[in-house]
Amino acid sequence: MTDCFIYDAVRTPRGKGRMKDGSLADAPPLRMAKTVLRALPERSDFDSKEIEDVILGCVEPVGEQGANVGRMAALISGYDDSVPGVQLNRFCASGLEAVNVAAAKVKAGDVDLIVGGGMESMSRISMGAAGGAWSTDPELAWDTSFVPQGIAADLIATKYGYSRRDVDSFAVESQRRAAAAWEGDYFGKSIVPVNDCIGVTMLERDEHMRPGTTLEDLSHLKPSFEMMGRNFGFDAVAIQKHPDVEQIDHVHHAGNSSGIVDGAAAVLLGSRDAGRRLGLEPRARIVRSATVGSEPCIMLTGPMPATRKALAKAGMQTSDIDLWEINEAFSAVCLLFMEEMGVDHSVTNVNGGAIAFGHPLGATGAMLLGTMVDELERRDLNTALITLCVGAGMGTSTIIERV
Amino acid sequence: MAIIDYRVEDGAAILSWDDKERPMNVLSGDALAELSVAIEKAVADDQVKGIIVTSGKQGVFVAGGDLQQLESLGSGPIDAADLLKRTGAVLDQLRRMETCGKPVVAALNGVTLGGGYEIALACHRRILVDQRHAQVGLPEAGLGLMPGAGGTQRLPRLIGLQGALGLIMQGKQLGPDQALEQGLVDELVESANLIPAAKKWIQEHGNATQPWDRKRYDVPGGGAGSVAFAQTLMGSNAMTHAATFGNMPSQQAILQSVYEGLGLPMDRAGKVETRQFIRVLQDPTARSMLRTLFFSLQECQKGARRPKGVPRFDVKKVGIIGAGLMGQGIAHVSAKAGIDVVLLDRDLASAERGKKKVAQTLERRLAKGRTTADRVEGILGRIHPSADYKDLKGCDLVVEAVFEDRDIKARVTKASDDQLGDAAIFASNTSGLPITDLAKASSRPKNFIGLHFFSPVERMQMVEIVVGKETSQTTLAKAWDYILKIKKAGIVVNDSPGFYTSRVFGTFISEGNHLLVEGVKPALIENAAKSAGMPMPPLGISDQVGLGTMHKVAKQAEKDARAAGKKWEPSPAQAIIASLIEDHDRWGAHPPAKEDGTPRAPGGFYDYHETGKNLWPELSTAMSPWIARNDQQPSAEVVRQRYLFTQCLEAARCLEQGVITDVRDGDVGVIMAVGFPAFTGGPFTYIDNYGLSEFVRDADSLSARYGARFEPPKLLRDMAAKGRSFYS
Repeated sequence: MTDCFIYDAVRTPRGKGRMKDGSLADAPPLRMAKTVLRALPERSDFDSKEIEDVILGCVEPVGEQGANVGRMAALISGYDDSVPGVQLNRFCASGLEAVNVAAAKVKAGDVDLIVGGGMESMSRISMGAAGGAWSTDPELAWDTSFVPQGIAADLIATKYGYSRRDVDSFAVESQRRAAAAWEGDYFGKSIVPVNDCIGVTMLERDEHMRPGTTLEDLSHLKPSFEMMGRNFGFDAVAIQKHPDVEQIDHVHHAGNSSGIVDGAAAVLLGSRDAGRRLGLEPRARIVRSATVGSEPCIMLTGPMPATRKALAKAGMQTSDIDLWEINEAFSAVCLLFMEEMGVDHSVTNVNGGAIAFGHPLGATGAMLLGTMVDELERRDLNTALITLCVGAGMGTSTIIERV
Repeated sequence: MAIIDYRVEDGAAILSWDDKERPMNVLSGDALAELSVAIEKAVADDQVKGIIVTSGKQGVFVAGGDLQQLESLGSGPIDAADLLKRTGAVLDQLRRMETCGKPVVAALNGVTLGGGYEIALACHRRILVDQRHAQVGLPEAGLGLMPGAGGTQRLPRLIGLQGALGLIMQGKQLGPDQALEQGLVDELVESANLIPAAKKWIQEHGNATQPWDRKRYDVPGGGAGSVAFAQTLMGSNAMTHAATFGNMPSQQAILQSVYEGLGLPMDRAGKVETRQFIRVLQDPTARSMLRTLFFSLQECQKGARRPKGVPRFDVKKVGIIGAGLMGQGIAHVSAKAGIDVVLLDRDLASAERGKKKVAQTLERRLAKGRTTADRVEGILGRIHPSADYKDLKGCDLVVEAVFEDRDIKARVTKASDDQLGDAAIFASNTSGLPITDLAKASSRPKNFIGLHFFSPVERMQMVEIVVGKETSQTTLAKAWDYILKIKKAGIVVNDSPGFYTSRVFGTFISEGNHLLVEGVKPALIENAAKSAGMPMPPLGISDQVGLGTMHKVAKQAEKDARAAGKKWEPSPAQAIIASLIEDHDRWGAHPPAKEDGTPRAPGGFYDYHETGKNLWPELSTAMSPWIARNDQQPSAEVVRQRYLFTQCLEAARCLEQGVITDVRDGDVGVIMAVGFPAFTGGPFTYIDNYGLSEFVRDADSLSARYGARFEPPKLLRDMAAKGRSFYS
């Protein structure tokens, strides 16, 4: 089997996912994809026809990011006609899954150089726009005890005993670390500003962050999912599936859950030979990845089994991992992951996460992977594990190692 | 034609439905075949401009589908392909009617329910008589069924998804005003004007195309694929799943039918509904509910178990002793049925207080528009408070509803004795004291019977009729005549401590205690009971009943044991209740005041606060001396099975011991009286559907694991060995 190396990883800054003031909202979503796809051959100075596929994650693949946005992105980026493209959807882990699938193609020897990444305009294409049968088809909804993600996150907090203070404290720390990382310019190497069609910069810095957020600030926020859970039967459905829970403690709100933002990311992956031929320097290698399914009602507990599986396949222990990155979809997901895996907060999400930056659904996985490559280099460490909880009860984990 | 009369007047073919072999018109295969022939005749007749479908029955158009035909499917497997074909033919006939090219008006002269309303939906206009009894709707869901003649497809297309789902899933029946307001009918008219109005519409409008067959039709409020559709389905899925605990296949099937069918052309939509309709029939739930809650309940309401050959006994005057909660209720329902009531208590003030409570109940109903001032006056006028036993003279029946104390009961029995004639009967509304013992106080034990009413009497339909050793068949027949006159349903029970329904219910509460003592998480104890279909969970009920009451029973048992010189050892459950009261001052949801008269805050197994209640967080810790540590929590499925099994086993023991003699009574009784899960069709139906040998096998394994209370009685073992079932 061929090794797969990470040669480059870029991402856009994340814009607020709102039509009224999101900095990336007044251009089509392909503008973000074009920004990162053009950066890869430009930064490393090779011809785009060397790229053998563009795999992009996107979670609401409809409208202007619908109908195989992978190919559309390659075309609008001016890639050679010979470069195909494909869109995939592993919900919140799509960006990471795109990298994993791309890596698998390299490892299998089918391709030598490939792009994996993702994109999501949450301002222009709203969450849920792609529809789907899960919540609407009675057979499916009843059999799997469908509840919205926020209810599932509150169920995790209740079932595993995380109080409002616990989840808020985690959020405050995420904001603190995110601000410190920007202050220290830890992201400078990988963030590509998004320019408009006349070359004027639309956004060059993550704009969702709220540095200096305190516990007191968060204490004023109302739980986001309480009304929905109590009035529309979702709490009761969740309790029927988890009958050891008496009533759900709704602890999550806008300040301790991932933000709604726009963004795109792309990772350049390839074999050692391809790198040599094009004069590219490998930065890290994809050691192993795993995706698993888990109980869909509580939905967001997949990162633990996915991580255990990836570690086992790699013949590694948790102690072999230097840095951990778990997507901050909801605070309780991260608290449970650290507790169950026995991982310390000091080596987890060291530069903050989606609570501060936002979570552009299809792109986040690839963004987190890039963050980890940068941070391993900055700290001169070797290994990192990136994981995300995934809708409908899944989890994806990827282990990388510097070379 | 035998059912549909055909005549032509003023260019309108009038198809009048009158099934002479039935008291009401129902949607049967025969009737529909005739309707189709008549429609074709009208279509072929050039003189006919439009068609009017109406009924020759007074006050009834068509009352519903043919339930007997459904019940005749029995409990065996269903030939789905065959039923699909047969139901498909019904749908095709209705589809043909709405696309026949001539306008069809439903002239609805009264009750238009179920299949009857589905026929109306396939007409181009619905005109209803403006009379209070003319109820309209699709009530199938109330019996665990669903509409099967296009109702789930046409109603949402007519009035919109959200409105239609609400009506169909709750099986709502609407009076004329609401039916018009919600769009179920197009026009209300006086009875005499029904046919003229139909003719007029044909003359003046006569549109022969359904809205859903027009170009550019859209479902009101949004059809399949709209955001409103997705949101409505998402909400309905969760709310219905939550409310039914997944125990009612018809509820999911209705949603599925609408979800899959709404986007289809009407020619194909019906088949989607039929698939779901058959799926509902394939599950034993619908047929079980239909048998128990329709046919068996009807027998209880008609007095099928009343001894034959005893002349009807008309109760004109009833005496009720004890003007407390039960006495008030019994007085209320008796007076409502036109019976004169003597409401007797120790003193006149107490008796009058009782009557005043009845007045208050009636005033609340009046305020809600559920009764009229005349009726209220009539009912109250028939209730005569009294403190004098002489006023009982001339009573056909006396019901005592005094404290559950043998001495007091004996005293009121004796005091009434002299006032009553030999034809009169005396009933005790005890909830569990043996009738044979109580009858000893009477000089006419043959005329003594038990009538176990349930609270609130005005709303609870069921009465346990308890036959003591001495009770005569004539007395039993007379008791039935009273029950039927006050419009209650009865089951006949032979004397035994706790009778039937309370015995079965008691095992449920007691199982909750067993689980608590085993160390099962309180939340799981309560949640599994709810998901088993019990209206209230066991710890919640204990709080409602009052821990003090339970504590008193245990203390009495202790006193009795000590008096008999026996050693007393409280059960862990008794010890827990004693500790809740004595160590923690927790008396339940409605605690008695403290000794100095200050009120006590509510609190028992639960904490109570303004916004609701939650299990007392300290419960497991505080009661740890009596609660086992349990690191292996059972699944909710096992707990659910224990709740159902323990009740079914007690019901079977009652049958074996002759406490009940008819499984239909057994099934109806506990569902109607103590909230045994209706979806099961009752304990005996549950055992049948589970399979006798499978039930015995699983009871044996529960018994081995959790205790001898799960040991199946010999009756069940014998039946299992012989391959028998309760119904067949």
